[in-house]
Amino acid sequence: MAAPVEWPRAITHSLLYLDGVTVSFDGFRALNNLSLDLAHGEMRAIIGPNGAGKTTMMDVITGKTRPDTGEVLFDNGSIDLTREDEAAIAQLGIGRKFQRPTVFDDHTIEDNVLLALKGGRTVGRNLFWRSNGDAGRIGDILSTIGLAAHRRRLAGTLSHGQKQWLEIGMLIAQDPKLLLVDEPVAGMTDAETMTTARLLKDIAQDHTVIVVEHDMEFVRRLGVKVTVLHEGSVLAEGSIDEVSANARVIEVYLGR
Amino acid sequence: MITRRFLEAPDRRGWIFLALLAAAAIIVPALNLFVPSTSPLHVSTTTVALWGKYLCFALLALSLDLAWGYCGILSLGHGAFFALGGYAMGMYLMRQIGPRGVYAHPVLPDFMMFLNWKELPWYWYGFNHFPYAAVMILAVPGILAFVFGWFAFRSRVTGVYLSIITQALTFALMLGFFRNDFGFGGNNGLTDFKDILGFNVQSTGTRAALFSISALALGLGYLVAQAVVRSKAGKVLIAVRDAESRTRFLGYRVEHYKTFVFTLSACMAGVAGALYVPQVGIINPSEFAPANSIEVVIWVAVGGRGTLIGAALGAILVNYAKTQFTIGMLAPYWLFALGALFVLVTLFLPRGVLGLLPRPEPTGVPCSTSGPPAPKLRSAAGSPPVQPGGGEHASVSRPGAAAAQPVLAK
Repeated sequence: MAAPVEWPRAITHSLLYLDGVTVSFDGFRALNNLSLDLAHGEMRAIIGPNGAGKTTMMDVITGKTRPDTGEVLFDNGSIDLTREDEAAIAQLGIGRKFQRPTVFDDHTIEDNVLLALKGGRTVGRNLFWRSNGDAGRIGDILSTIGLAAHRRRLAGTLSHGQKQWLEIGMLIAQDPKLLLVDEPVAGMTDAETMTTARLLKDIAQDHTVIVVEHDMEFVRRLGVKVTVLHEGSVLAEGSIDEVSANARVIEVYLGR
Repeated sequence: MITRRFLEAPDRRGWIFLALLAAAAIIVPALNLFVPSTSPLHVSTTTVALWGKYLCFALLALSLDLAWGYCGILSLGHGAFFALGGYAMGMYLMRQIGPRGVYAHPVLPDFMMFLNWKELPWYWYGFNHFPYAAVMILAVPGILAFVFGWFAFRSRVTGVYLSIITQALTFALMLGFFRNDFGFGGNNGLTDFKDILGFNVQSTGTRAALFSISALALGLGYLVAQAVVRSKAGKVLIAVRDAESRTRFLGYRVEHYKTFVFTLSACMAGVAGALYVPQVGIINPSEFAPANSIEVVIWVAVGGRGTLIGAALGAILVNYAKTQFTIGMLAPYWLFALGALFVLVTLFLPRGVLGLLPRPEPTGVPCSTSGPPAPKLRSAAGSPPVQPGGGEHASVSRPGAAAAQPVLAK
């Protein structure tokens, strides 16, 4: 066996570490030498214009897309995510909320949460699974996302905003180490947006979270470190005020 | 515990279905065997055999519904598993003929004598024992489905592509079984059966018993399928059907669930085929015909996809109609009628005949789609009332513009 590799401190102390990640689709570079370093317990907002590579980055982290080059390391550099598939990555503790809310329309709201709940994922376990103690946990999650009164409704009957919350609830149920939240407030009213911001900040107290969002007001409300993506790489990083004042960021956004 | 799991699963409608099956399993043979044929209550042996066949088709439809209705695997080759189960039973029945065949060879079936074969091919070994044949009835369709499913689902072949390769599977098997050197009787298939477990296949008593067993098998198949779909694994299957990649991102190995349900479904189809063969007295390669498999899909669609009972009812209904149609002068138009039925059901009864009945599950809370979600969430999350009119953020993605605004809540 080779001598143990000396990882830089940035790797061994980060929950998620991306280095030099490049993804091309038919010659178009969706991600171009992207590097990102996320500490344990951190909440990070990622912004960027359309086509900046935000969703592709999420796809790479969750195993949907394999990078052409680059490293994607999880949990202090101990796990190489590029070697795992979606289900394995989810079981490692990375949860994802999609841009378009995707819940299981034909299941009740509590069943949606039940399916997301941390626990056995194998066929055998679930064939002979019996409910014990899950009801309480599901109830807690449903009260957090404000859907407790609707638990037996089919998820397909929910409004757009409610579906977004249900999906966030499903993320909480998974209890992942890292949550990837793609545009949680798209299509929400102002009131819903503010509630969602509060909800996410609550979650961020004991989880590591990446939020991708277009809505600047929402990002400002989160009050966390912001990474600006542009053409597949990091353009700027810092507080919302810092990046808003950054000349290149303004150029990229306003120059379009 | 497992027994309880099975018995607590059916809902009220399920119990009615099971009760009807149990009643049919007892009453129909009784009316056939013990009521004199002069009585108006007498059920003729032809009718018993016919309805026994319908029950086998119902089990086949149920098995397809388990895979298609609950997991979205539209198999257009389920007839293959049915036929394989049927062939396994047919091989047992052939070996039971023994020296009573035309060529009177103690071991070799007639068709092998006809082909001048000197000894029994290895894959015919053991089929003279019923337990071995019974295992094969489950194992052959099961293993084929497992291997096929393992590769197809692992490669994420879905939707119409999957349907097409299942169709190709049954077509390929049909071509194989048509060949004489394949060792299954070529296009004549297997027939001229004499005994099953020592009873004469043709006798009234055996036919009545086969009818009862078919009804029991359908009931058992329903209980198994129902237990699966009511379990948490069943919820995962529905999740896979409705949002496959979402299920994967929750950490479920979608290919495992699909392979499991596809294999279970194939085993059930195999049992249906095995019960079908002694009742109709023949199995030949036309059972593999792609059109047969497509017809099964129509039965399920007519009865109501994703309801199990609906699939069984659809199979009985369509086959009853087919019998009525094809004995009269309307016979040449049956396929048109079947096609029209499929189109009409798809257009006007998307949930099938069973969808005409009210939905059984109580939803508990009235389903108003326009509930007032925001206030509820706010109070639950304990956030302060929201200040109206902060609508500037509608023009998104402009940090420059946003920076000009005061920083709101923190």
